[in-house]
Amino acid sequence: MTMSIRNYRKERSRQNVSGWIFLEQALSGANRDMNAKGTVFKYGDNVDTDVIIPARYLNTSDPAELAVHCMEDIDADFMKRVKKGDIIVAEKNFGCGSSREHAPIAIKAAGVSCVIAETFARIFYRNAINIGLPIIECPEAAKGIEAGDEVEVDFDSGVITDVTKGTSFQGQAFPEFMQKIIASEGLINYINNK
Amino acid sequence: MTQKILAAAAGLDKVEAGQLIEAKLDLVLGNDITSPVAIKEMDKIQAKGVFDKDKIALVPDHFVPNKDIKSAEHCKCVREFARRNEITNYFEVGEMGIEHALLPEKGLTVAGDVIIGADSHTCTYGALGAFSTGVGSTDMAAGMATGKAWFKVPAAIKFTLTGKPAKWVSGKDVILHIIGMIGVDGALYKSMEFVGDGIANLSMDDRFTIANMAIEVGGKNGIFPVDEKAENYIKEHSDKTYTIYRADDDAVYDAKYTIDLSALRPTVAFPHLPENTHTIDEIRQMEAIAIDQVVIGSCTNGRLDDLRTAAEVLKGRHVAKGMRCIVIPATQAIYMQAMEEGLLKTFIEAGAIVSTPTCGPCLGGYMGILAEGERCVSTTNRNFVGRMGHVSSEIYLASPAVAAESAVAGVISAPDER
Repeated sequence: MTMSIRNYRKERSRQNVSGWIFLEQALSGANRDMNAKGTVFKYGDNVDTDVIIPARYLNTSDPAELAVHCMEDIDADFMKRVKKGDIIVAEKNFGCGSSREHAPIAIKAAGVSCVIAETFARIFYRNAINIGLPIIECPEAAKGIEAGDEVEVDFDSGVITDVTKGTSFQGQAFPEFMQKIIASEGLINYINNK
Repeated sequence: MTQKILAAAAGLDKVEAGQLIEAKLDLVLGNDITSPVAIKEMDKIQAKGVFDKDKIALVPDHFVPNKDIKSAEHCKCVREFARRNEITNYFEVGEMGIEHALLPEKGLTVAGDVIIGADSHTCTYGALGAFSTGVGSTDMAAGMATGKAWFKVPAAIKFTLTGKPAKWVSGKDVILHIIGMIGVDGALYKSMEFVGDGIANLSMDDRFTIANMAIEVGGKNGIFPVDEKAENYIKEHSDKTYTIYRADDDAVYDAKYTIDLSALRPTVAFPHLPENTHTIDEIRQMEAIAIDQVVIGSCTNGRLDDLRTAAEVLKGRHVAKGMRCIVIPATQAIYMQAMEEGLLKTFIEAGAIVSTPTCGPCLGGYMGILAEGERCVSTTNRNFVGRMGHVSSEIYLASPAVAAESAVAGVISAPDER
């Protein structure tokens, strides 16, 4: 496996190369996020933004308040069971419907470290990257991983490992600029850091 | 056609599907739900202000008139941002309307424009030959600050429409038929391009309805060629300069479909996905589906044609005992015209209520929330779980004609049953 950004960063850091200060800043706080590991919550096709965060709660834009109601209409116990770092795995067209950025914001604020799906609806895909929520398209993983499995994701290589089953899948790896956006916790910070 | 518009906006001679481009924007849109998030992000950019105060439209319409204190705070945030940045096209209650009905009416969206809006139904303006697509709040913020957005050029799917629809068949039935045919991810990331001689038989309001629901099949946009009817509409509503693009004869499409409009039947999408469609003939074979509420309105079907059709069905009749029928003209101008034509009187005499323009019930905000187990026939665009209220409530998506007839019958029905 190629060296992860995390290790690369450590390495450069050790060498104390001044030219890397910018990258260090851009990636600050990122090392813990560039790989994901957690327990899987599994859903089917067409998980829409209305069930991710119902519009009746859109009179707020506070991430913590939104997170309280995350997935409420599809999985009432989600917020009781989810732990920081957990992973959502779904099938086709995840995030279809509204353009509300509140949907990926709620998922991220709920502590979810990555969403894996066979396909994503396009506005959700864009919004997730823009707010720094890692998402990966991988049809095989979406089929092969089950609820409750322990899963690890390496964002550099796009490799998804189901630790419980001992299987692994090749997802779409993030190009470097997308990794930086995610590492910066979103597009706006990324722009500011540039 | 989409590719030609995007090429021009990116300053390129030609673009192809999959290419990443940066395009200049003619309009950036936001509402009272998405704009506050965008404004917060914009404050973080340390931007000097907006790129062009005339090319931003802010339309509080979802929870307006303010439904509660939190919504009021959101609207206040948008209002103050608009004032601070001297936004020309901020629409206060009293001059507002549902954004996607309002902007074409105000002449802000014309052929050849590139438009992004922090609302998924921004694709509506494709009816006028514009490229318009929904984005999130962060993209809206970047758009307001820079006047640009990046796009991946979409591949296209061609829908050739032929023939003339029957009396009670509308644009809503056309798009529901298409959604049923290709599914809710049938055009994921793609452009839906409508062509064919059948388009001449569709009113502008029909075309707005069809383009509006392109997102319900995952589409990036839906676009119509600019014919005489569309050009007349633009001239009547706008003094902006416009550019008409035409698809090349040898344009490349990922898929092609032909739809004979004369063969279409009134169509209803059952819970909980817009692709679960059944024609009225299939419904007549089923056990009657009793309903509690009817909503006629929204960015999909709150325009004048829609209200005229509903009034034609309701004229001299009364909604079923116990039925709540809510009619929402989409803009103040439509409201006024409906009043002058006597449509509002028809609605009220029939036992319906008429509301000020709002998205309200469509997304379960307010003005018609459903209780546990209740059923609604709605002219809106989504029937997801819990969309209009309780998680066990059900939404049946239909045309204004079907909605109005169902309000009278108390069960899902279409007007030719009379």
